[in-house]
Amino acid sequence: MKKIIMAVCGSGLGSSFMVEMNVTEILKELGVTDQYEGCHTSLADVTGMDADIFVTGLDLADSASHLPNLIVLNSLLDKDELREKIKEKINL
Amino acid sequence: MNGILKVFVDFLSQPAIIIGVIVLVGLLLQKKSVDVIIKSTLKAMVGFVVIQAAAGVIVGSLNPFGIMFQQGFHISGVIPNNEAVVAMALKEYGTPTALIMTFGMIANIFIARVTKYKYIFLTGHITLYLACMISVILVSSGMTGIHLIFTGSLALGLIMVISPAIQQPFMKKITGNDSVALGHSGGASYALAGYIGKIVGKGSKSTEEMNVPKSLGFLRDSVVSISLTMAILYIIVAIAAGKEFVETNISSGNNFIVYALIQALTFSAGFILIQNGVRLVLNEIVPAFKGISSKLVPNSKPALDCPIIFPYAPNAVIIGFISSFVGGIVSMFVLGAMGLVIIIPGVVPHFFLGATSAVFGNSTGGRRGAIVGSFVNGIIISFLPVALLPVLGNLGIANSTFSDTDFALSGIFLGKVQGFIGGVGLTGVLIGILAIMVIWTVVTKNKKVDDSAQAEVD
Repeated sequence: MKKIIMAVCGSGLGSSFMVEMNVTEILKELGVTDQYEGCHTSLADVTGMDADIFVTGLDLADSASHLPNLIVLNSLLDKDELREKIKEKINL
Repeated sequence: MNGILKVFVDFLSQPAIIIGVIVLVGLLLQKKSVDVIIKSTLKAMVGFVVIQAAAGVIVGSLNPFGIMFQQGFHISGVIPNNEAVVAMALKEYGTPTALIMTFGMIANIFIARVTKYKYIFLTGHITLYLACMISVILVSSGMTGIHLIFTGSLALGLIMVISPAIQQPFMKKITGNDSVALGHSGGASYALAGYIGKIVGKGSKSTEEMNVPKSLGFLRDSVVSISLTMAILYIIVAIAAGKEFVETNISSGNNFIVYALIQALTFSAGFILIQNGVRLVLNEIVPAFKGISSKLVPNSKPALDCPIIFPYAPNAVIIGFISSFVGGIVSMFVLGAMGLVIIIPGVVPHFFLGATSAVFGNSTGGRRGAIVGSFVNGIIISFLPVALLPVLGNLGIANSTFSDTDFALSGIFLGKVQGFIGGVGLTGVLIGILAIMVIWTVVTKNKKVDDSAQAEVD
């Protein structure tokens, strides 16, 4: 069973989807797609058991603080920031 | 043979089937495996059916609202909410919506390819809602068949490119780079807020240097904000209509306050269902769109959902919502005084459009730009829908409508032009707009070439 990195946003439609696409690209770059996969959901639906690592934006950090292994992004668009923080979390 | 043809047509006149076929084709083009194809196609189709089922829930809760409002205030009250009005419209306009959305995305790719405006609109739910509104407007004034799909798709493609384009000067300021654009429903408001900031904001400090209570951040959760505001609205309206009226005519004797509260929560429930349905459909469509467009349009800029800029100015988000909402309330009273349809401030549009307008206004004019920019947005999205309702056909008498700036502006444009010069005339105008964009692209490219050639000679 692959480990899941889940992007979370307010509606589960726009921002989290985009972050998930970035996560998937980065997982490919890092060559770990056999161990990890990305997905996304909304803040209302998510629970701490849905994934191994969570990703959200700075403005939602407080509302998402109950999620374990949370990556908080200063910029949802910055792939470098996302890559660094994912590498930290998966110990690369 | 006729029997088989009929089965074929029956199949394809179900929007859920059309969506399934489109997803299937997209997946085949990307050479996905059989299990992925089956899974994705089915999920997209189920998603569409979820939206259609949710329509019943929404209508069931909105009808009593309309009746109570009319009884209490003797005037029509409309609550703008994209999800609600789309769910209601899909029943009658599902097929053109699915087709216009698909060909609209193809039009987006085409326009980005042949002009210098290389924006690919990736906010799928906005594309879907726009396709729906365009279908309603064009079908209501009599357009049919291939003419309908061609015109609708061209209109949608143009909006998907022009909206991000007018905002880009300010997006560059906000994000510090030119590689990402904004694809949302209030582009005209955001660009306007950016200009307003330039005018009123000299010397004004940034919103981020203020102390703004973070407690209003919970309004990011649409389910919470809708439940709260609807509960308040429904109860006010029930009181206005009167205990007697409600319990005799609508609630079958149940206590009128309890009834109002349950209806409000039912509306929220419908909203959640629609969001989930939309998510199921888009999960299968947007990745394909992104993949195909990046192959066909090199140097394309993704136009993404508005919350991507919220982290750049979190205080502006809160300030923008409040300012826009105040604008909405003021407008509501003015509309009432003028005897027009009352556009009740919808918390979801005022939150997202107000917040984004404020981030734009702040980037050019600090806190003054943010406050004025979002206040103006609040007024715009309260007044424009009044002009939009008449072109929405029988949807114009529903209790919910589209209020977001780009929706209202393009809807009014399409409806009015078609009214003045007919359907074929409208198609001509749209082709004309595209032609201007292509010509402008060629002209400005030649100018660049001339300038650099001149520089070499010098």
